[in-house]
Amino acid sequence: MKIVVCVKQVPDSAATVVAENGQVSWGDAPLVINPWDEYAVEAALKTKEAHDGTVTVVSMGGENAKEALKHALAMGCNDAILISDPALEAVDTQGTAQVLAAAIKKIGEVDMAFFGRQAIDGDAGITPVQTARVLGWPALTLAATIDVEGDTVKVERSIEEGRQTVSAKLPAVFSLVKDYGEPRYPSFMGIRKASRAEIPVWSLADLGIEAPAAVVEWPQIINPPKKDVTCEIVEGGSPKEIAEALVDKILAEKVL
Amino acid sequence: MDFALTEEHRMVEKMVRNFAQKEVAPVIKEFDRKQEMAPFVLERMGELGILGICFPVRYGGQGMDYISLGLACEELEVVDTTLRVIMSVHVGLAGTTLLQWGTEEQKQKFLVPLARGEKIGCGAFTEPGAGSDVSNLRTHAKREGDSYVLNGEKMWISLATKADYAVVTVVTDPNAEKPSRRLSTFIVDLHSPGVTRGDIHGKLGVRAGSTGWINFQDVRVPAENMIGEEGEGFKVTMTAFDRGRYTVGAGATGIIRAALEASVRYANERTSFGQPISQHQLIQQKIARMAQDYEIARLLNLKVGWMLNQGLRNTLETSYAKKFATEASFKAADDAIQIHGAYGFSDEYDVERYLRNARGAIIYEGSSEIQTLIQAGYALGERKDKPLRCELPAYDADYWQAE
Repeated sequence: MKIVVCVKQVPDSAATVVAENGQVSWGDAPLVINPWDEYAVEAALKTKEAHDGTVTVVSMGGENAKEALKHALAMGCNDAILISDPALEAVDTQGTAQVLAAAIKKIGEVDMAFFGRQAIDGDAGITPVQTARVLGWPALTLAATIDVEGDTVKVERSIEEGRQTVSAKLPAVFSLVKDYGEPRYPSFMGIRKASRAEIPVWSLADLGIEAPAAVVEWPQIINPPKKDVTCEIVEGGSPKEIAEALVDKILAEKVL
Repeated sequence: MDFALTEEHRMVEKMVRNFAQKEVAPVIKEFDRKQEMAPFVLERMGELGILGICFPVRYGGQGMDYISLGLACEELEVVDTTLRVIMSVHVGLAGTTLLQWGTEEQKQKFLVPLARGEKIGCGAFTEPGAGSDVSNLRTHAKREGDSYVLNGEKMWISLATKADYAVVTVVTDPNAEKPSRRLSTFIVDLHSPGVTRGDIHGKLGVRAGSTGWINFQDVRVPAENMIGEEGEGFKVTMTAFDRGRYTVGAGATGIIRAALEASVRYANERTSFGQPISQHQLIQQKIARMAQDYEIARLLNLKVGWMLNQGLRNTLETSYAKKFATEASFKAADDAIQIHGAYGFSDEYDVERYLRNARGAIIYEGSSEIQTLIQAGYALGERKDKPLRCELPAYDADYWQAE
């Protein structure tokens, strides 16, 4: 079983992300592996352990994306590849999908490609399906369980209405949700291995593709309007009185 | 000179931080109130390899260095002192003492299961009537054939009721000319007949941990369980303390950080006189002091970690680090309470727990007074490090990590 897991380095979820001079800024907050991708790594490792295989972790980004890759290596992935090219700086999700699909093809004979359900920075959540489209593979998104039998995979999708079971032939693309189960911590042995790993860097030339043109642009980046919140305590002699006063206020404010 | 942590160190910090924050932080208040240890803690720390972090792989450990041990202690104590206490006694007092003084057979028999986290270790030195005054211990052992028979009681022992093995120092020769030659150290299986033990409740702090007493009544300990030679117990114990103190100092650094982080958060949220209290200079003074003390404590402890890696004796440096960090942690927690005002006085916030937890470390593992005497002794030239028969091995990554 040959598995690829795609990860992204993103600003920490505790970072305050703001627009500054038309650019997104997260100050000096640390960059971390996208939390959703940790579930994808966990699923990749569990599948590898159950079916005897290898997991290659792939990321597209700058030098700092190596940290996300090393985190995944420390969790137990076999090897890592960084795709980095100056021409990829303004790439959108569709371009990312083309690049990742090219990398998956170059790795060769991949049976399963795992993604987190979305990245917490762009929050588009469409890279997994776009990659599947480029590869011509089925996309089994929002996977909570994954069962492989021979060349068939059965997935329980965690969707708003409940669980939906779908199946497909491999190779396939998967996006993972929290319901899959908590990702493991890196092991100390994994940390040692990861800290020594020399991660190969592939350019667009190595992938044999042109720089994909962005079809989505970000013409303007602005901060959300500041919320003006005032707090008022509704008082009264009894719960009934308080409730009545509250209802009056809600009606007066035209909330309802 | 290089002040940078390696990538490996930073990954260790993050891994231990994630464990402590994700699994222990959400429930620690509940267990602190109940005065009970969270039941999953030892098992999880064992599974994750934290209990064997700095031991060679060949002895069941994870092959990391002594700096990693200190960093892990800091991350653990940011969440709760009881987590770091486990490291102090299991790794500091029991494990590294075996690594330093143990025979190959003892390492195989005792260090391997400890490093793997399959067994839990502790150190039993203090008694109801003797703490700092180690040469005045009462618990004694008498040779009978192939074994020693232990009698006496140890008190204020962390993990007393949780541990499988204890490193125990007792009197073997009450008539020795030099008081320090009276003592010998053993590794004792606490499941042996004649061992009874219990936890002490009503402590000011470290309430989510196990601190107790261990009573030995005619407990037979095989002679091959002696760590070091007969009469060498004082030296063995002092080196165990050096290691325990390092973990205590590194951990106290974590309390300073926790107090600082809580104070910054609260001072930016809370307003008084029309502005966040972080804008008031008297609040800033407290915060600046915590930030400065954190930096000092961390540097002192990292230096000890570095010295351990190099195989250098570090009794004095460990004393500086332990005394400074524990005293600064108490002060930081106290100031954090002041910044939090009345809220800081309630257990709605964590800072009161930091204060209660910080207090003990100024007493245990060598009180501040003992540290002062050690430091004065070195400064006056009255105290000098003499070579030991067994030194703690310097960290050698290749040796440590070979299967």
